[in-house]
Amino acid sequence: MSSEAGFFTTKLEEAIGWARKYSIFQYPFVTACCGMEYMATACSHYDVDRFGAGLPRFSPRQADVLFVVGTISHKMAPVLKRLYDQMAEPKWVVAFGVCTCTGGFYDNYATVMGIDTILPVDVYIPGCPPRPESVLDGLIKLQDRIQKQHETGDRPAPEPRPEFPV
Amino acid sequence: MNAESLIQAVRERFPQAVESSYAYRRDATIVVRRESLLPLAKALKEDPAFQMSFLIDLTAVDYSAFGKKPATAFFASSGVGVRPSMGIEAEEPWPGPPSARFAVVYHFLSLPLKQRLRVEVLVSEESPEVDSLTPLWGAANWLEREVWDMFGIRFQGHPDLKRILMYEEFEGHPLRKDYPVKKRQPLIGPVN
Repeated sequence: MSSEAGFFTTKLEEAIGWARKYSIFQYPFVTACCGMEYMATACSHYDVDRFGAGLPRFSPRQADVLFVVGTISHKMAPVLKRLYDQMAEPKWVVAFGVCTCTGGFYDNYATVMGIDTILPVDVYIPGCPPRPESVLDGLIKLQDRIQKQHETGDRPAPEPRPEFPV
Repeated sequence: MNAESLIQAVRERFPQAVESSYAYRRDATIVVRRESLLPLAKALKEDPAFQMSFLIDLTAVDYSAFGKKPATAFFASSGVGVRPSMGIEAEEPWPGPPSARFAVVYHFLSLPLKQRLRVEVLVSEESPEVDSLTPLWGAANWLEREVWDMFGIRFQGHPDLKRILMYEEFEGHPLRKDYPVKKRQPLIGPVN
C-alpha cells in the first residue's frame, strides 16, 4: 500500500494483526510423544522462529497460543481447562496431533475424545505425530486466523474437525 | 540353578505353601496359597539360597472372560503369521486357567544369583484381598496401588491404598473384564 510519495499507509487493526501474528508466544502443553515432534519443529532445522513463534512461554499468563501437544486424559482435562482460563485474551488454541483432534486411536475409559469437547479449538494439526511440515502449515493457518480476526474484528468460525475413516 | 531346580528348592522349603507350579522356557512359576504369601516372600528375599532382592513387577490377571471367545491375533490382519513356537518344549506345561477369578502375579529377580521366579496368588471374586509386600519391597507400594486401581484387589497392610492412575471420582475398576468397554466417566465435558 505504498504510494508514489514514498509513504506507507495501513489500517491500524491490520497493523496490529500483522504484528500479533508474527509474535506468537505459545504455551506448549506437552503430555505425550507428540512433544518430540514439537521439539523437532521448534529446533533450528525447521526453525519456528521464522514465523515469530520462537519463544515458548511456560506460564499461561504470558502466552497467547495454547499448543495442546499429546493425549489428554480425563484426569488431565480439568487442568487443561483451568490453564486455558488463566490465559489472557486474545488467545488461541492449537490441537497438535490426532489424539487432541479426535482422541486418535484411543477409545477407552481414560482418554478425552478430542480437546474440542472442552475448549474452543482454532487449528487442528492431525498426524501421529504430525510431520514438522504440517505443524508449520498449521502455524501459518493460525497466523491467517489471527490476521483475519484483526481485520474483521471477530473471530473466524472454528475449523471443522477433521473426519477420519473408522 | 535352572527353573525346575528352583521350583524344587521352593517346594522343599515350603511344602505347604506351593499349590502348583509350571516352567516354560526357563521361566519358573509357582502358585502359592494366599495365607502363605508373606512368609514365603520374606524367605525369598532374605534366604541366602534365593536372595530375591528385586521385585520387578507386581500385577494381576482377571480370568473371568478367559477362553470365552477366541482371542483375535494382533497381527492377523497384517498377514504376519501368529502361532506358538514349537521350538522349545515345556517340561512342566501350564495347567490352564485357574478356578479363581483373579491371580496376583509377582515377578522376583535375584541379582546376585541371576535367577527369576514368578509367584502367583489366586484371589477369589468374593474376597479380593492379599497381604501387602510393602514391608519387604518399597517397590510394591505403587504397584499395589495400581492393582487396586485397575482390578479392585485390596492389599492388607498397605500404608496408603488409594487410586494411583485414575481420579478419586472414578467408579469401578477399568481392567476388570466386566467393566463396560464403552463406559465413560469424564470429570468435565460431555460423555463421549
